[in-house]
Amino acid sequence: MPESRNAIDVRNAVKRYGSFTALQSITLSIRDNEFFTLLGPSGCGKTTLLRMIAGFEEVTEGEIFLFGDEIENLPPHQRPVNTVFQNYALFPHMTIEQNVMFGLEMRGSSKEAARRKAGEMLELVQLAQFSARKPSQLSGGQQQRVALARALAPEPKVLLLDEPLSALDLKLRQAMRSELKSIQRETGITFTFVTHDQEEALTMSDRIAVMSAGRLQQLGEARDIYERPVNRFVADFIGETNLLEANVEEVDSTVATCRLANGLTLECDAIGNARPGADVHLSIRPERVTLVGASGDPWQGTVKENVFIGTDVQTVVQLQGGIELTVRTQNSAAGVATIFDPGTEVAVGVEAGAARMLED
Amino acid sequence: MAGAAAAGGSVRSDTYASVRNWLLLPSWAGLAIFVLAPVAMMLVYSFLTKEFRGGVIWEFTLAAYDQFFFDRGLFGDEPAKIEWTYILIFWRSIWQAGLATLLALLIGFPTAYFIATRPAHTRTVWVFLITIPYWVNLLIRTVSMKFLLRDQGPLNDFLLWTGLIDDPVRIINTNAAVQIGLFYSYLPFMVLPIYASVERYNFALSEAAADLYADKWTTLRRIVIPSVRPGIVAGCILVFVPSLGAFLAPDLLGGARNFMIGSLIEEQFKGNAGNWPFGAAASMILLTLVLIILVFLARQQARAEREAAP
Repeated sequence: MPESRNAIDVRNAVKRYGSFTALQSITLSIRDNEFFTLLGPSGCGKTTLLRMIAGFEEVTEGEIFLFGDEIENLPPHQRPVNTVFQNYALFPHMTIEQNVMFGLEMRGSSKEAARRKAGEMLELVQLAQFSARKPSQLSGGQQQRVALARALAPEPKVLLLDEPLSALDLKLRQAMRSELKSIQRETGITFTFVTHDQEEALTMSDRIAVMSAGRLQQLGEARDIYERPVNRFVADFIGETNLLEANVEEVDSTVATCRLANGLTLECDAIGNARPGADVHLSIRPERVTLVGASGDPWQGTVKENVFIGTDVQTVVQLQGGIELTVRTQNSAAGVATIFDPGTEVAVGVEAGAARMLED
Repeated sequence: MAGAAAAGGSVRSDTYASVRNWLLLPSWAGLAIFVLAPVAMMLVYSFLTKEFRGGVIWEFTLAAYDQFFFDRGLFGDEPAKIEWTYILIFWRSIWQAGLATLLALLIGFPTAYFIATRPAHTRTVWVFLITIPYWVNLLIRTVSMKFLLRDQGPLNDFLLWTGLIDDPVRIINTNAAVQIGLFYSYLPFMVLPIYASVERYNFALSEAAADLYADKWTTLRRIVIPSVRPGIVAGCILVFVPSLGAFLAPDLLGGARNFMIGSLIEEQFKGNAGNWPFGAAASMILLTLVLIILVFLARQQARAEREAAP
């Protein structure tokens, strides 16, 4: 019996379509009141997992618990969870108010009670004045908020959101992020959010589950996942990174010294399976590296190109031995002073603790 | 400047409009010859005097309509009473056609829904299978239905064999046989428009309904049916209208007691015994009736489409 303070417990959940395995034994817990995100590229199984929780996909093997109750065999209409669909799925023949009232009526609310609650929900998403309109008369962002109000109205134990922002343009998407986050805090309902957008995940989530190829790659707080990715997939998928091949030279309790292909050495935290002689991968975030004028330093190289990306300038430096390192410099007066033209000899400084050893 | 540009634009669009009208001419001519002219002829004939061996005398009279609605005795000299015979035939026809439409809807909707929810590449096969019988002439199909429904036919043989009945059930020459015949004749006209509607239906709406605690039946009633209503209305019209005027199924399967409008009209133009103006008048009355029903349904449809506008 899982601990009941978890909103959702997924135990060894497997999903197979014929001979294709979409999900390979996923086990994870979503805590009560948290904003939880399933993050991964398309086809990684995140939507399948969400649909299994909602009841739209059968669970091939394993169990799903909602506050301790086993739910994987219940039909969707008997699960006290609600979904905000990717393309909203608003009922086109009903008014906005009727859309929001639908779930309440199905749960047996009287018309008056449902209407009152729908009014409150539309107030919450700032659409009260549109209650008599049809969905087709609203903009995409407004439809999105109706979908949210409709799903929140029956006060679900968990709200599931399937890439709800992907159909909106950038500005609206950014505004909706903070709106969603504040609605989550206001209502205290557990949100389970599916997205392929790592920025969305990092800015909104309490915890993130990174998925790839039907497997759970890493689960943790946003900062944790960014600073301490466990493997190459997570390091590469979340933010940008330099992935370097290295060989473990020596391990001194918690610190490992690793030698790169060009003979340079770096120190990093030793992880479980690190022993001398092992081939490993290191991840170094571009913003943890700085450019300094050439000074006979062993970390010396040539500027290959500068790419201007607004807030930052990204510089590719070719080190000895053909190793390329990407460096991110903030687009500020101090930062711009350290940017050099392509072809310039420079040295790079890797911050202490910037290198992170990966499991694979 | 702006004025000149606007004027230039309107000249161009006038030219397009006139070209477009010329190109539409064949269609207009076709409609006039094949739709308007026959109806106009029928209208004119219904006000003419009958010739005894079929045909008409060009003298204006309301006799045909009078004969339809009023009974003035054998010699036409008694006080007018309402003539119920033809009104009853009309009533029976509407009733029969309505039942056939309902039957087609009850069988056709699940069929269409089933086909529309198959994988995309097998849908075409199902649609093809539904339409296969219709490559055979309607007369031949109706005659084979007569054979199937006979007292000693395969259906009764099967029922006797299963032990469900001890004596053959009388189906042929009953209302039920006419129902079955009409249903069988026009089922695809119900299935195909509903199929087209269900295929366009966004099944995420059904998931949303289930997510919001609606069971399957409620989802069907409150979400699916309102969404595919245009297809249902079209299917009902396409089955009801030809059923109302049908004469093959009532003639061959219903026997003399189950006379329908189609047969009544057909009689008036067959051989030498007919009464052309009366047949024309009955046709005009039928046409008026159908138009009233269609206008009613079209209004409903327009309302539904306004509500479901994407």
